[in-house]
Amino acid sequence: MEKQNMRREVYIVDGARTPFLKARGKPGQFSASDLAVNAGRELLARQSFEPTDLGEVILGCMMPSPEEANIGRLVALRLGCGKSMPAWTVQRNCASGMEAIDNAVKDIALGRHDLVLAGGTEAMSRAPLLFNNSMVNWLAGLWGAKNFPAKLKQMVNFRPYYLAPVISLLKGLTDPTINMSMGQTAEKVAYEFNITRDQMDAFAIESHQRVAAAQESHRLNDVLPAYSNNGNYFLEDDGVRRDTTMEKLASLKPFFDKKFGSVTAGNSSQVTDGAALLLLASKEAVDKYKLPTLAKIVDCQWAGLDPSVMGLGPIYAATALLQKNNLTKNDIDFWEINEAFAAQVLGCLAAWDDEKFCHDELGLSKPFGKIDTNRLNVDGGAIALGHPVGASGARIVLRLANILKREKAQRGVASICIGGGQGGAMLIENISEMGA
Amino acid sequence: MQTYKNWRLETDKDNILWIYFDKQNASVNTLNRETMEELSDIVDSLKNDNQYKGIIIASGKKSGFIAGADISQFTQFKDVNEAVELLKKGQSIIAKIESLKMPSVAMIDGFCLGGGLELALGCRYRVAEETQSRLGLPEVKLGIHPGWGGSVRLPRYIGAMQGMNMILSGHTVNGKTAAKLGFVDAAVPKRHLEKAAKFYILKHPSPHKATFLQDLTNRSPFRKLLANVMRKKLREKIMPNHYPAPFQVLDNWENVGVDGQKPFDVEAESCGKLFFGDTCRNLVRVFFLQERLKGLAKECNFTPKHIHVVGAGTMGGDIAAWCAFRGMNVTLQDREPKFIAPAIKRAYALFKEKLKEPYLVQQAMDRLSPDPEGFGIKKADVIIEAIFEDLAAKQDLFKKVEEQAKPEAILATNTSSIPLDEINQVLKNPERLVGIHFFNPVPKMLLVEVVKSEKTNSAVEEKAISFVRKLDRLPLPVKSSPGFLVNRILMPYLMEAMEMLKEGIPAEVIDKAMVEFGMPMGPVALADTVGLDVCLSVAKFLSKYMNSKIPDRLTEMVKQGKLGRKSGEGFYKYKNGKQVKQKNITSETPLTNISDRLVLRMVDESFACLREGVVKDGDLVDAGMIFGTGFAPFRGGPIHYAKSKGIDDLFKQYINQRKMRGDKVESIKSWESSVEVS
Repeated sequence: MEKQNMRREVYIVDGARTPFLKARGKPGQFSASDLAVNAGRELLARQSFEPTDLGEVILGCMMPSPEEANIGRLVALRLGCGKSMPAWTVQRNCASGMEAIDNAVKDIALGRHDLVLAGGTEAMSRAPLLFNNSMVNWLAGLWGAKNFPAKLKQMVNFRPYYLAPVISLLKGLTDPTINMSMGQTAEKVAYEFNITRDQMDAFAIESHQRVAAAQESHRLNDVLPAYSNNGNYFLEDDGVRRDTTMEKLASLKPFFDKKFGSVTAGNSSQVTDGAALLLLASKEAVDKYKLPTLAKIVDCQWAGLDPSVMGLGPIYAATALLQKNNLTKNDIDFWEINEAFAAQVLGCLAAWDDEKFCHDELGLSKPFGKIDTNRLNVDGGAIALGHPVGASGARIVLRLANILKREKAQRGVASICIGGGQGGAMLIENISEMGA
Repeated sequence: MQTYKNWRLETDKDNILWIYFDKQNASVNTLNRETMEELSDIVDSLKNDNQYKGIIIASGKKSGFIAGADISQFTQFKDVNEAVELLKKGQSIIAKIESLKMPSVAMIDGFCLGGGLELALGCRYRVAEETQSRLGLPEVKLGIHPGWGGSVRLPRYIGAMQGMNMILSGHTVNGKTAAKLGFVDAAVPKRHLEKAAKFYILKHPSPHKATFLQDLTNRSPFRKLLANVMRKKLREKIMPNHYPAPFQVLDNWENVGVDGQKPFDVEAESCGKLFFGDTCRNLVRVFFLQERLKGLAKECNFTPKHIHVVGAGTMGGDIAAWCAFRGMNVTLQDREPKFIAPAIKRAYALFKEKLKEPYLVQQAMDRLSPDPEGFGIKKADVIIEAIFEDLAAKQDLFKKVEEQAKPEAILATNTSSIPLDEINQVLKNPERLVGIHFFNPVPKMLLVEVVKSEKTNSAVEEKAISFVRKLDRLPLPVKSSPGFLVNRILMPYLMEAMEMLKEGIPAEVIDKAMVEFGMPMGPVALADTVGLDVCLSVAKFLSKYMNSKIPDRLTEMVKQGKLGRKSGEGFYKYKNGKQVKQKNITSETPLTNISDRLVLRMVDESFACLREGVVKDGDLVDAGMIFGTGFAPFRGGPIHYAKSKGIDDLFKQYINQRKMRGDKVESIKSWESSVEVS
């Protein structure tokens, strides 16, 4: 109890995100900071306080452009938070956005700040092409050549293959310690839990249908329009495929394990640009500025596991989170598990229902049990929306808060798998009017 | 060391003499007889000096080097001889600096214009702060050309192509560009300015010289060739009888080049004569009119930080962009994102053109926030309405705005026709509403009418004027009456032009007549540019008050969708936004008859405005028409034009003109009486 008293309560006051914009084979119209600015300026404009009243700004981002060093501070300045605003950037791979929130929670809980803007942003479409090592060495030789003959000699050494670029996006989505791409780890999860291609494709269709339904009934109230300098504007997530069918998905070839695999582009999350931001506040700030409260952040849990099955990360983190808070599966009204891959989410559900796995890996005396899929990712997920790695962790927390409020439900867990073999889970509570 | 009224001398540890210009009782450094005589004494005392390593001429003011010569002097010379004498004296002082044995540096931080730059060009070296400094020879804008050797030294330093171009256009450049052009030796950030100035004294590298090719442009036969090309280009823009100075300075250069004493003498004599031309006198007057508008509400310390604009159409969007460009935070509201997006695109193009550096463009873009929900209303210091011209819609909007806005926020409408006293009827505090009426295109038009209704609180009006100044526009305080000043005077002029069209005079001829009078474009082209739908709606509105007829052809054209430039066809046809020119169109009516008729219409309406007190005095009518419509500045504005031609004569001419058209002339009020009223 004493421990509880030391910790101040933390509230989600408000939040917003950009439409998630599918990468279309060339750099998108927004840089990572542009995206965050688009999400942040209206979010801040509608508050009763000024941007300069914030205590700090924390942003998750894995691939800021070379011009966006410490992108958190850059975005703080661009949003008019003022020169004196401390701001920083965090990385925990696919959970960077959730990491930013967790850091804000800690700073508020400790009493360091009362109002924090936290979230994540990613312009995956702008992930740069890099020179390969041979090219870099050749260039170093050229620049280092002292005189013209030496330069000429170095020029002659040039080979065409030096020009083959390194695609940083693919490198980022590969785990160097095990030499497996993220998609291959999903293949391994599918193998271990017997997830079939059909199951994955069916899950993908469900994701698209849920996002489409949410868009049509205007449930995605956290999405703000984004405006580009060339006069374009974006109102909705554009990766949703309303017309997709099992037949169409079945026609796609496996992308990661060519020929014999079952993870395809259709049942994986899309490569997408987007930003999601949350305003977090202490009780003091809520009172001072008369802020509405969307939800309370109760706790957050991180866990590590075998990198080659990183997609199972959520169950390690979420199980520990519930145990720590003396809650069981039935205490949770709604779940978000980020859809990096259909195989991986389905793997999580299967693992929780697997007695041996629960016993060996989670130390449970009986299986955790199946989650009701009607309470999981009810507004769809990253397979339809895309997975801008810096932003997704923040997006699912914000979406879950909105779902709890809408459904007048009490508790929710948002969890996410993390490349490199981790999982993160956040427990939030609705504190507004609740159903019977 | 001797002391001077306007100059402060200091010696530093390296034995460099710093000569700070700090003009007595002035916030800005300008050169006049007294300051130049003192400088002359200082330079004389250095002639045989062995004590100093060199001199650095710098400003003792917080900002600005030297803004130029004192313009109020321009109209005080007794005769041409006195003017020429004074110019030659100035030249000789600068020549003395140039011939000092010790090195000299002009250290430029801020404005360095006209006489200021001519003085700097006499120094052996020049260093300038790189981004904020403005350097140039803008004399032609006042109807004269450089008179202290600027028109000789500048082309000599950097060649005629760039040098003469700067003099002929009067354009100013920043320090970086000046260094690129070559007439500044080093452009540096402010933190290195003093170090750089001292470097040139202590190391005295060889002074800047024109390159071989640049030098060649000043030698015959190239000089003659170039002069012809430049003259032709100049004629495309201006006419020698309107603006003689640039043509004169070009002739001088062509005739005597840049070597020896002769070009200096020719420059002084030619410049001296120009002082006594009508163009110079009128342009100097216009300069002071501008100063008067700039000086309005100077004591008001209103510093708006957040502007909210409702309506993201051409006007609203451009107003919002301009406010953001000027450093304010702006929220731009319209019903849906799709109406705001085009304004964002235009703002980006504007910022790119004006700011160039991508980081500055991004800063400006970040200050401009689309706000379809109108969250900005609650926080803004100024709220500007720029929606369509509909009384009920505006009333509706202001009612909502008043409920949400901060109590001290200014509520402003950009209406061009609806009387403020009708809009403000729905307000709890009608004294809060003021008109801030911009002209299209906002980034180009200097004038902004600040409209006071019968109820507008004068503190609110002051704040509005102060806000307009912070946007670097010229505020013109006007009474809320139909059409305010500019549109009201413009309308009868446009209607008369359409009447002429009906009479069969070709549009090209009408426009030519007015361009020759000195307008930036003729009335028919103007109507097409403004948009015929806009013209029609203003005409319809004003006809209620002014008892004027709306030309059938205008109504007909709008009905057919011929709206002018924007629709591709109006009175002219347009291809890619450019007028399709018809050649060899002539008319039997002499051009001066056409321009007389049109100008007199404008003059008559100007006097009517004066009589009704739309603005305080005739000077403000002139200022409004010059800065709001480009009314030939060298003619000094409609009222001044009438005065200079003789009000009586011109009035008789106008009455005759009306009689010939079969109008009743009894109701036309005399102009003379209007002048007396004011």
